[in-house]
Amino acid sequence: MQHSPAYTLRFAATISVVASIIVATLSVALKDRQERNRLLDVQRKVIDVSGLVRVAGLVAPEIDVTAFDQRRASHDPATSTTAPDNKAGLTRLPDNAIVYHVMSGDDVSGLILPIEGSGMWGTVYGFIALSSDLRTIQGITFYEHKETPGLGGEIENPGWRALWEGRRAFDDDWIPQIRVIKGPAGSVDDAPFEVDGLAGATITGRGITNLVQFWLGPQGFGPYLERFRTERANG
Amino acid sequence: MSKSNRDILFDPLVNDNPITLQVLGICSALAVSTKMSTAFVMSLAVVGVLVGSNVTISMIRRRIPSSVRIIVQLTIIASLVIVTDQLLKAFAYEISRQLTVFVGLIITNCIVMGRAEAFAMQNPPGKSLLDGLGNALGYGMILMLVAFFRELLGSGSVFGVTVLRTVSDGGWYLPNGMMVLAPGAFLLIGIFIWVIRAWKPEQIEEDFSARALFEPGDQSHIR
Repeated sequence: MQHSPAYTLRFAATISVVASIIVATLSVALKDRQERNRLLDVQRKVIDVSGLVRVAGLVAPEIDVTAFDQRRASHDPATSTTAPDNKAGLTRLPDNAIVYHVMSGDDVSGLILPIEGSGMWGTVYGFIALSSDLRTIQGITFYEHKETPGLGGEIENPGWRALWEGRRAFDDDWIPQIRVIKGPAGSVDDAPFEVDGLAGATITGRGITNLVQFWLGPQGFGPYLERFRTERANG
Repeated sequence: MSKSNRDILFDPLVNDNPITLQVLGICSALAVSTKMSTAFVMSLAVVGVLVGSNVTISMIRRRIPSSVRIIVQLTIIASLVIVTDQLLKAFAYEISRQLTVFVGLIITNCIVMGRAEAFAMQNPPGKSLLDGLGNALGYGMILMLVAFFRELLGSGSVFGVTVLRTVSDGGWYLPNGMMVLAPGAFLLIGIFIWVIRAWKPEQIEEDFSARALFEPGDQSHIR
């Protein structure tokens, strides 16, 4: 069956247009639903990482917390800046971020910080919770990633995430030291700064180390944590 | 050439299974078969894409210029995959998160293009639908079987329901870690191929390269 080049071109153009109309229509029609799923999932993870949670202690009062989307903010040049050179694979940093305070009565018994950075296949998004001493990790969770199921995807595994609990994020000089190592790390007492590596997921583990250290460090939430510590020390 | 509709539908299940006979679609079969729930949704996604692509391509098969037929097939398959991915993200968010990139990678699943090129381009839509359904079910069946053993032996559960209580949960079963990793699926698929070929010896490929080595004069085995 021989067709003329003009027919071939027309045919290719028609197929492309029809296919793109179908894909685009569906994508637009389902966007709200997908967005809702994503936000719901994030909220569930926040509650999941540390029991009762309430947003408090706002640094920037002009921001509407319920509508704030950190991911959108970090893409918008008006609300973000170019990231300094970093190992977490971040290109832009948002000017603001939501930090959740875990309350017991009127006291802050923990902080939940959003974290993100490069895994093996794409950006990993999650939260890390620090207990009231701001040194001990209360929990970690990841709500979006593109890691290989069964390998890097095991960062979602509750068993692995439980290994983080009780380990120390910072050394005595408040430098982030927590890291994912290769192989088993041992108990919290033996290896306070180390978390077991995931078999077959060395690169994902390295990515997690880098992004956690970045966000706890001086370019991430370091200054915020420092201010929080001094404010609390001064009553 | 003209097989009965029954054969078109049922042959790909065992006699001409895309995974165990043609050894296609292995990558995704390794990746998404750690749990039965993900394997099940992946199977459904492949059923949708394969049936959709076979029927669509068959309907326009006489109009597709042969010089651009592969790219046309790919365009149709890719669109169907995106549609499937979007639907999963909207209606089965949790599962789509676990399947991550592998729904998107159906585009590169050789089974889909293979059936488009080998069957849908030469056959009417009805037969192509059956062929797509049969092959997708053949793929899904192996996927579910692999996932059954991997989930049972690797995590002690079936469809998320605990069957063997693991040691870490206070039970007695020590999970087999290899089953959770990709090599576990590789071994299982190998065992399935072995079992099927022991049952149906006609599926065994002739080892003509080895024979050619030992009997250089004998040309009878060259197909």
